[in-house]
Amino acid sequence: MPRLSADQRHTVAFTLNGLPVDGVAEPRMLLSDFLRQTLGATGTHVGCEHGVCGACTVEVDGMLARSCLTLAVQVDGASIRTVEGLAPAPDRLSVLQAAFRRHHALQCGFCTAGILMSLDAFLKANPEPDEAQVRDLLSGHLCRCTGYTPIVRAALEAAAELSAQDTAACQEEPAHA
Amino acid sequence: MLDVSHKENWLGRDVERVEDAALLTGRGRYMDDLGTRPGTLHMAILRSPHAHADIVSINCSSAQQLTGVAAVLTGEDITKYTTSLVVGVKAPVTCWPMAVGRVRYVGEPVALVVARDRYVAEDALDLIEVRYETRTAVVDPLAAMEDGAPLLHDGFARNTASDRSFRYGDPESAFAAAAHRISLSMHYPRNSCTPIETYGLVAEYDPGEDAYDVLANFQGPFSIHAVISRALKVPGNRLRLRTPPDSGGSFGIKQGIFPYIVLGAVAARVSGKPVKWIEDRLEHLMASVSATNRATTLTAAVTPEGRITALDWDQVEDCGAHLRAPEPATLYRMHGNLTGAYDIPHVRVRNRVVVTNKCPTGLNRGFGGPQVYFALERLVQRIAVELGLDPLAVIRRNLVPTGAFPYRTAPGALLDSGDYAGTLEKGIAEGGLAELLARRDAARAEGRLYGIGYAAAVEPSISNMGYIATVLTPAERKKAGPKNGAQATATISIDPVGSVSAHVASVPQGQGHRTVIAQVVADAFGLAPADIRVNAEMDTAKDAWSIASGNYSSRFAGAVAGAASLAAKRLAERLARIAAAQLNVPPDEVVFAGGKLAAKGNPGNALSFSRVAALSHWSPAQLPDDTAPTIRETAFWTPPELTAADDADHINSSLCYGFIFDYCGVEIDRDTGEIHIDRYVTAHDCGTILHPGMVDGQIRGGFAHALGAALLEEYAYGPDGSFLTGTFADYLLPTTTEVPEPVIIHTQTPSPFTPLGAKGVGEGNCMSTPACLANAVADALGVADIRLPMVPSAIAALIQGEERPAPEGLKARSNAPKATGAKGEKMMRGEGRASIGAPPEKIWAMLLDPKTLESIIPGAHGVEKVSDTHFRADVTLGIGPVKGRYRAEVTLSDLDAPKAVTLGGKVEGNLGFGGGSGRITLTPDAKGGTDLSYTYEAFVGGKVASVGGRLLDGAAKVIIGQFFSALARRAGGSGGAASGPGLLARILSLLSLFSGSKGDGK
Repeated sequence: MPRLSADQRHTVAFTLNGLPVDGVAEPRMLLSDFLRQTLGATGTHVGCEHGVCGACTVEVDGMLARSCLTLAVQVDGASIRTVEGLAPAPDRLSVLQAAFRRHHALQCGFCTAGILMSLDAFLKANPEPDEAQVRDLLSGHLCRCTGYTPIVRAALEAAAELSAQDTAACQEEPAHA
Repeated sequence: MLDVSHKENWLGRDVERVEDAALLTGRGRYMDDLGTRPGTLHMAILRSPHAHADIVSINCSSAQQLTGVAAVLTGEDITKYTTSLVVGVKAPVTCWPMAVGRVRYVGEPVALVVARDRYVAEDALDLIEVRYETRTAVVDPLAAMEDGAPLLHDGFARNTASDRSFRYGDPESAFAAAAHRISLSMHYPRNSCTPIETYGLVAEYDPGEDAYDVLANFQGPFSIHAVISRALKVPGNRLRLRTPPDSGGSFGIKQGIFPYIVLGAVAARVSGKPVKWIEDRLEHLMASVSATNRATTLTAAVTPEGRITALDWDQVEDCGAHLRAPEPATLYRMHGNLTGAYDIPHVRVRNRVVVTNKCPTGLNRGFGGPQVYFALERLVQRIAVELGLDPLAVIRRNLVPTGAFPYRTAPGALLDSGDYAGTLEKGIAEGGLAELLARRDAARAEGRLYGIGYAAAVEPSISNMGYIATVLTPAERKKAGPKNGAQATATISIDPVGSVSAHVASVPQGQGHRTVIAQVVADAFGLAPADIRVNAEMDTAKDAWSIASGNYSSRFAGAVAGAASLAAKRLAERLARIAAAQLNVPPDEVVFAGGKLAAKGNPGNALSFSRVAALSHWSPAQLPDDTAPTIRETAFWTPPELTAADDADHINSSLCYGFIFDYCGVEIDRDTGEIHIDRYVTAHDCGTILHPGMVDGQIRGGFAHALGAALLEEYAYGPDGSFLTGTFADYLLPTTTEVPEPVIIHTQTPSPFTPLGAKGVGEGNCMSTPACLANAVADALGVADIRLPMVPSAIAALIQGEERPAPEGLKARSNAPKATGAKGEKMMRGEGRASIGAPPEKIWAMLLDPKTLESIIPGAHGVEKVSDTHFRADVTLGIGPVKGRYRAEVTLSDLDAPKAVTLGGKVEGNLGFGGGSGRITLTPDAKGGTDLSYTYEAFVGGKVASVGGRLLDGAAKVIIGQFFSALARRAGGSGGAASGPGLLARILSLLSLFSGSKGDGK
């Protein structure tokens, strides 16, 4: 790992949702701040800045990470996915996102980005989870609005839909009527 | 009446939310997502580590000189630009948004920095030097009223801000005549609904017009707008207050941002630039706003059959360090319905409001309801136990009878509608109570701990602006002027192409108001919700609003959606008249459906909605003579039932009163004390349901909050006022694995007082659920005294008795010297040993030599010898990623060279403070080395205490290990292993604020 001077700003370049991005950051800058303030990717939210609430969860090289506990300079060269990269097109929702809307699995929506990132990764690895597994996964996220049940239902329904779906024919919903 | 096709009604349908697509795809526009003007500065706030202390001095010069810092302000500076915030009662007391001369709670702002970015602003905080002289703190509301208790404010004798007594009916006679007098004393703890988004604002000042413009995720009530403008010394029209399009939740909490709006506004004025502030989580937990904790003694006069004839409430409300407006509203919000769901004719009340060295209180979901119902419904359970009755029978016997609505309670509430008995019986039948009772029997037969709890409650909504004035005497109220009502407003606009927009001042915090308003307006115009664009941002400079606007007291469905309906109907009536002239039918025969205005019974005779709607723009001359334009309509609505308190203090504190009946079965693990919820049933009557998915969402969300309050959450304070729950790993919220799905049952008795028949529903479970769960635990364990939160350790103590004291042989710590400076701080005691490969004389000399100390104390920048027995040091220490600089004073006493010495000291820094003392003993070992042994007492406070022992232990091990390694290395030994954390490390590493692993004081 390169040794970085604390007093200098360093170029950080990586792939964000499939597109190359770069910016400069002091070594102490959090990835969450870099995404939001430097790159303008404000879909990732900051809820606690100590790694408990899960709102800032993003995918770094296929692994879930709390962006508030990650430094921007750590992800130089990595491939990062955030909530902005989940929908198949700007006017479409993914199967998971559509299930969230159907089940009222969000109210204020502040914690939702992190939950979607965790579920997106989880459902790829566990296409047919049971409720206990979904609840266990989601125990790493805090939501104050929903009481969680609609989130669990949406996740299970999306899982069923995704595994039934022919991988070739996606059936995402339009984002608006 | 206008005829709208009912089969096409959108209200009452579970439509998908218009809000969701943006929120699900990362395109929400929350406070911190909005761009700022170039040159915007960022604010950071230095906060008090002490619960109660005088500020001796604040030195900002180093902070001001840091590159990138634009301004540093202290409380004295703030007072130059502002007046005191409004205090909730008439008293000679001030309330500044930043401490002036004295701090009264941990986390109270002491200074602020504005700088080019947040990182630099926080760097500058570390450079501000504040010297405090600590005072004794008081954290318990009952202790605060005692003789000799430390006073927080000179204007509040015995720390009591208000003491009012009320009498309704003839309670004395009822108690005298009662067969039984049953009483329970309770403590409701401090907690908060902690939205995941914290406070945030951007403030700007225009010196040319002496006007402030503030964008903040404030939720209302907009009565606070007047409080802010008064504090900033400008008329209301020179404080433009705006809200962002989306909010990351509030639950009442974001009302409490207003002192920070004042600070941000002054910072912008002084720095001449827009100033942005985003609160962090530690700030939020320790210093945003909390629900009140309350000590209540509730007594009932009861007949042998369990009929309650009178209640006697003695409530002591703890509002924390400052009585900020609108407090003491938490105490009075429930005043009219202190009889709960019951028909109780006689009531006596004594309400006291006290201040303590804790975070000031404010709005929080449930707002007074959890405190009241925890007392009332626990008492109902006790009445059943003491009289040998079924708790359900006691509830049934006392419910307000079904035919009695609208029903006037003894303290003055007008319960608008309901069928309490019907809802209760439906809940029992559909929720499966019989099954739970059988499960309890079976479990008990096997010796398991299983209990069933019940709770009945009325859920008030749409509060009366006048209820808070009940804290004043009738004479004081007369002087203050009349206060009552609940003005709600909505505006509907039609543009030149006939498309419809709506605006409401409900400041939604995630509930989905835009969706429901679209449903309401769509129904009035025969359109689809997708045809209506709803804006719910607030801008006090441009929008219709009133003092009652905002998101609180569950007023959206009843009041705001109702106002939108009124505005839409007014426009629809005018549109019908315009269409009638062209369709050649009377206006009352115009039907709105499918995007058309058609003649009733003749769908072919129709005009498109947009054509009729746009006419007022394109051709006003064609409007019928008696018809006003249809371009924009603003409706204001306030219910006549919300009158001011009368001279006998009767107050209809809210407009609507929903009904809730809850019950649950819980099983308790006998060994761990863990509570498992077998089933939770909640039956609601919230009047007409506008959107079933949102209503259930509110119930589930309120239930989860209540479950947290009942089982996990407490803002914990040490006896010295240290705040101990500063992270989400210390203040535990329920997660998916703790929150079961409640069984939700609905009845709908429309409110006769709201335009759509709807009542609030968002807060009820916060009121009923803690009591219901506590009643189930009381039933399972057969105990009377239940305290929240019911954490496993507390429940285990109820099952197994208090933990027994340690055996005598283990109490070898009495020779530990007393820590200095302790005023009830959280104490840690410990002892330990270490072997070092050098003789005692050498170690002794090292301990007295500043140069040696500097080289072995981790992070020491310099050790200054003040005298042979007095050292000063400057040390940087880190806990995890949090690094801080501390100043230390160390003194040596009782020197017995080279055998023993007592070290005392204290440290202070921006991350907290600590102190302690200990006795260190050096004994030669057989190999020419030294056995070092020690005993100590130490305390920590401030931010370090708030983030919890979890981090401290790990950090302490590292630092102490470093100290002993360095000592051993320096002593020329082979790195004698430290067997545990040492006093020496504790004191000389600035007592490091870190507890040793052998400390027992956690």
